[in-house]
Amino acid sequence: MPAVIVALAIVFGSINPNFWSATNLANVSRQMSILALLALGQTFAILSGGIDLSVGSLLALVSVICAQQMKNFGLVEGIVAGILAGGFAGLVNGLIVARARVPPFIATLGMLVAARGAALTLSGGLPIAGLPREFLVLGAGYIGPFPIPTVIAAVAFVLAHGILRRTRFGRYVYAMGSNEEAAVLSGINVANYKMLVYITSGLFAGIAGVILTSRVISGQPTLGEVQELYSIAAVVIGGGRISGGVGGIGTTLMGVLVLGILGNGLNLVQVSSYIQNIVIGAIIVGAVYVDLARERRR
Amino acid sequence: MSDAPPFLELRGIVKRFPGVLALSDVGLEVRPGEVHALLGENGAGKSTLIKVISGVYRPDAGRIQVDGRPVDIRTPHDAQALGISTIYQEFTLAPDMTVAENIFLGREPLRLRALSIVDRKALIRQTRDVLASLDLQIDPEATVKHLGVAQQQMVEIAKALSLDARLIIMDEPTATLTSHEIDRLFQAIGRLKQRNVAVIYVSHRLDEVKAVCDRATILRDGTFVATVSVAATTIDGMIRSMVGRDLKDKFPKVKSEPREEMLRVEQLTRKGELHGISFSVRRGEIVGIAGLVGSKRTETARAIFGADPIDSGRILLRGQPVNVRTPGDAIEHGIALVPEDRKRHGIFATLSVWENVVLSALRRFSRKGILDVRREKQRAQEFVASLRIATSDLDKRVLDLSGGNQQKVVIAKWLNTNAEIFLFDEPTRGIDVGGKIEVYRLMGELISRGAAIVMISSELPEILGLSDRILVMRDGRICGEFDRADATEEKILNCALRGAA
Repeated sequence: MPAVIVALAIVFGSINPNFWSATNLANVSRQMSILALLALGQTFAILSGGIDLSVGSLLALVSVICAQQMKNFGLVEGIVAGILAGGFAGLVNGLIVARARVPPFIATLGMLVAARGAALTLSGGLPIAGLPREFLVLGAGYIGPFPIPTVIAAVAFVLAHGILRRTRFGRYVYAMGSNEEAAVLSGINVANYKMLVYITSGLFAGIAGVILTSRVISGQPTLGEVQELYSIAAVVIGGGRISGGVGGIGTTLMGVLVLGILGNGLNLVQVSSYIQNIVIGAIIVGAVYVDLARERRR
Repeated sequence: MSDAPPFLELRGIVKRFPGVLALSDVGLEVRPGEVHALLGENGAGKSTLIKVISGVYRPDAGRIQVDGRPVDIRTPHDAQALGISTIYQEFTLAPDMTVAENIFLGREPLRLRALSIVDRKALIRQTRDVLASLDLQIDPEATVKHLGVAQQQMVEIAKALSLDARLIIMDEPTATLTSHEIDRLFQAIGRLKQRNVAVIYVSHRLDEVKAVCDRATILRDGTFVATVSVAATTIDGMIRSMVGRDLKDKFPKVKSEPREEMLRVEQLTRKGELHGISFSVRRGEIVGIAGLVGSKRTETARAIFGADPIDSGRILLRGQPVNVRTPGDAIEHGIALVPEDRKRHGIFATLSVWENVVLSALRRFSRKGILDVRREKQRAQEFVASLRIATSDLDKRVLDLSGGNQQKVVIAKWLNTNAEIFLFDEPTRGIDVGGKIEVYRLMGELISRGAAIVMISSELPEILGLSDRILVMRDGRICGEFDRADATEEKILNCALRGAA
């Protein structure tokens, strides 16, 4: 997979040298950061043997809540409210999955629809403008040469990697996804850790939603449509197993890079966005097929 | 009937699985209108033979003849076309469809053939006819899932009959029936006989075999023992033929002095499954639990381990009553469960050897939730060495190990929790001979270190070779207890089959 990414970069770079310009690289990484954060949460959900279809809609709900609270109470309050809203929605997902034992696909499908409805209800279907100018920095500012969203996503990757590889919670995420029944019989409190998985995914969606709100400098109830599908695609393209237990932050990073570079590169070489979708669709299926074929040969 | 030429004839059937010879030179002959019992202990090869006849497995050698003509049964569909239907313990009916739709599934009478429109009236009429021929009072338009188990079984039989079956194989047909329902089944079998349909009747219940079967073929360790006339044989005689084997000295029994009591189970009850289970195990002792498949031995172990809730009864550890509600509680009290179905319940196939070994004791390798991976690997390495787990490195996925080594990984996981009470459920299932002896050796080491072991096994030689005491279960009850000194295969099997010591 790293080879594929290098190849893509070389091809796009040779067709359009602008690909390697600092401006473009900063732009790509900034654009990718939203997908990256969603994919991180999705990685936890999928690794644990579940899925989180709600993350796209949560972007919208988080955005609306963030903007409203920011106007009512202030900058920091808005940001915190947005992130907490994501975490709370994740808690509800977790309760429904772990306590009520509704399959994750259904539980989070419900949240996908309901969160969108909530975002539209709270906002009356209209964008919420008039946010403080300082808030713009979060999405558009730089730390050194690096865009702030890129830095946040990078920190989040390191943090998530640490959680998955160096904490008990992380190990249990793999164990549940590898064999849930054996996890129960190994004394793991599977219900509690599943809750934690969906809360984690919700929190990452919360962070992504706040950044996106800053990028569009308004609360938008229509943000994030089909983003949940791209987040799933990012997880599986890199080699994460859709049924859980296999994969990690490394493979998800690969998936995010492939999708991000592909989107940007195809733009630069002036492939229409309609055709881009066809290419990306084919890549999703192709990458997983190659992975499975390799597995079967073992 | 007795002189009729056979409907089905098998000669020299051989079936191999990786590492196991499941059937070796087995023969069987079933005549029209005959009820033919297939007998043998767990693992004797009955299921394999049925699957060969019904086209699920293809034999590696041997001949099959139907009506005197050699046939090749490649698929269940081939078997059906030859007039052979099988009724498995798990029914194959579609629960949300009606009785009539199930019986004629895929063969519905059509109106306007080109449009494939089902002729509902004809469907109901034909279903009534089939049900009437078996004297069954079942509504053709009832939804199958609303019928009881016994009625669903009758629908299966009616379906077989409507397929013009000339041989119906019934696998443990009475396992879930009440005595009244069993009578109804026997009546139905009587009507099948009148229509000259043959039945292969697989059951552990020898009293039923005596009541309904004409002849019996007995298998042992995958080989043919005898075909006998049921009327001319006693139940004791059948049991002797099923067992009759010499115990080889392949069980390294460790001499150990049983000491104080470790685990006591009192009146453990779970509605519909376990009925007042009581027993105890001491330090340095192996208590074997024998019984037939379905005698609820696994359920007993799971209840003790907190994996399934109990309705009443209590568990005492080292003399103290304890409350075990979850496997987590059990582990904290030093109980370990090595499960029967290793792939489903034991191993994390996609995780590495070291991750598997430490998984149940992560608390001891972490501070505030942060793991000390170096210590984890160190610990795992110690177990790989001491249990002689054959793996090229610690990072290898457990998926890629042999069955015996996978089992050792599961055992290592429990050793790592400092467990002192081990519940082994079929500890050597699917493990080759060499691996088995390694597992036995480990169990010996455990008891000499003062652990207490409960070993569930369907292999009588294993039970007899390793246990200090032997409990026999039947239908969720303990129906007998034997000391090592006076236990024999005959006594145990007699108890397991008939429920009396």
